[in-house]
Amino acid sequence: MVAEQAKVDPMHQFTIEPLAGSGGWEIAGYNIAFTNSALWMLITTVVLFIFVLGGMKRELVPGRWQMTVETFTGFIDNMLEANIGKAGRKYVPYVFSLFMFILFANILGLMPLGVIGLHPFTFTSHFTVTGVLAIISFAIVLLVGFWKHGLHFFSLFVPHGTPLPMIPIIAPIEFISFMVRPFSLGLRLFVAMMAGHVLLEVLSSFVIDGTNAGILWSGVVGLPSFLLMIGICALELLVAGIQAYVFALLTSLYINDAENLH
Amino acid sequence: MPQIAQLAETWSSQVFWLLVFFGITFFVIGRGMVPKVMETVAQRDGQIAADLAAAKAARDAADAEEEAWRVRENENRAAAQAIVAKAKDEAAAKSESKLKAAQSRLDKKLAEAETRIAEARTAALTEVESVAIEAAQDIVARLAGAKVTKPAAAKAVKEAMNHG
Repeated sequence: MVAEQAKVDPMHQFTIEPLAGSGGWEIAGYNIAFTNSALWMLITTVVLFIFVLGGMKRELVPGRWQMTVETFTGFIDNMLEANIGKAGRKYVPYVFSLFMFILFANILGLMPLGVIGLHPFTFTSHFTVTGVLAIISFAIVLLVGFWKHGLHFFSLFVPHGTPLPMIPIIAPIEFISFMVRPFSLGLRLFVAMMAGHVLLEVLSSFVIDGTNAGILWSGVVGLPSFLLMIGICALELLVAGIQAYVFALLTSLYINDAENLH
Repeated sequence: MPQIAQLAETWSSQVFWLLVFFGITFFVIGRGMVPKVMETVAQRDGQIAADLAAAKAARDAADAEEEAWRVRENENRAAAQAIVAKAKDEAAAKSESKLKAAQSRLDKKLAEAETRIAEARTAALTEVESVAIEAAQDIVARLAGAKVTKPAAAKAVKEAMNHG
């Protein structure tokens, strides 16, 4: 870094680079290069697989690992049952996958692996990724809604007890707010993750530049920034959990709309 | 902002690999493994509920057993007390009848003895009377030289004895 004029670009961490000459891979004309983003999706999947595998011992008296995994499945199960009811149990596989995938991606992206030379990449800070996840959730809502209620699903846009003259005004508003859901869902996660990582990067550049500028600046800028960074790191871990939770919670709330209509 | 700057060249690869890996996550972990984990939890919950129910049933059975035992015990105690009371009553009745018999025997003996005594006394008295009569005749004959008949003497003796 010092050799590169100590210029820290806080946005550089989000750059996607094809790995090991896969830049030319294509399917039907679309580029499918195996990028660092894809690598971290792979790592997330593998870590999550190992994590859940540890909970598959199926012992009657669970060990710590099994207990942890069961806590997560129980958490998702309870959330779906609280929001949707008994019918919510069939969405546990999807919402669990969604929650754990986002949670592990967020947390793995925060791991201080730069110390050993690896560069963590938080793919949830790309709206291409969060957008696809949001669209999947939204598509499930639409499919379930139209499957269960047919065209009656459109009555979702007319809240209970709306006076008849108000319907032409309320319905478009409800429709717009419904259509905004996938965007808000995807953007919320993307923005939260990106903002946190930019903040950490900016603070770390303060630490590095301040320390390089001599004892005085290291004491005035570097040290406070470093202390602040420790706090922000803890906050980011919290945000990683909260954003995964919010994504899963909103998905379950939207599915509830489709499942129970009102 | 690479998310926008690289959008055109990377979106297809992002979407493709996300679908691949999220698909693996959903189908292998979500569909394959999570139900088994939840099944284990449900199994354990069922086991715990069954164990609790069994324990409750066992406790109820023990309570019922104890209640039955208590009832039986009370019955036994009552029966024992009845037997004791009966034995006491019987013993009392027996001793009473024995006492009564002894009493009557004693009474009889007493009565017999009394009659014997009375007989003996009358016998003795008559003997005394006859002796006195003879003595009176003798005394009269010796002192007065008169011969007194036995009836007269007897009469006199009787009068004197009656006067005491």
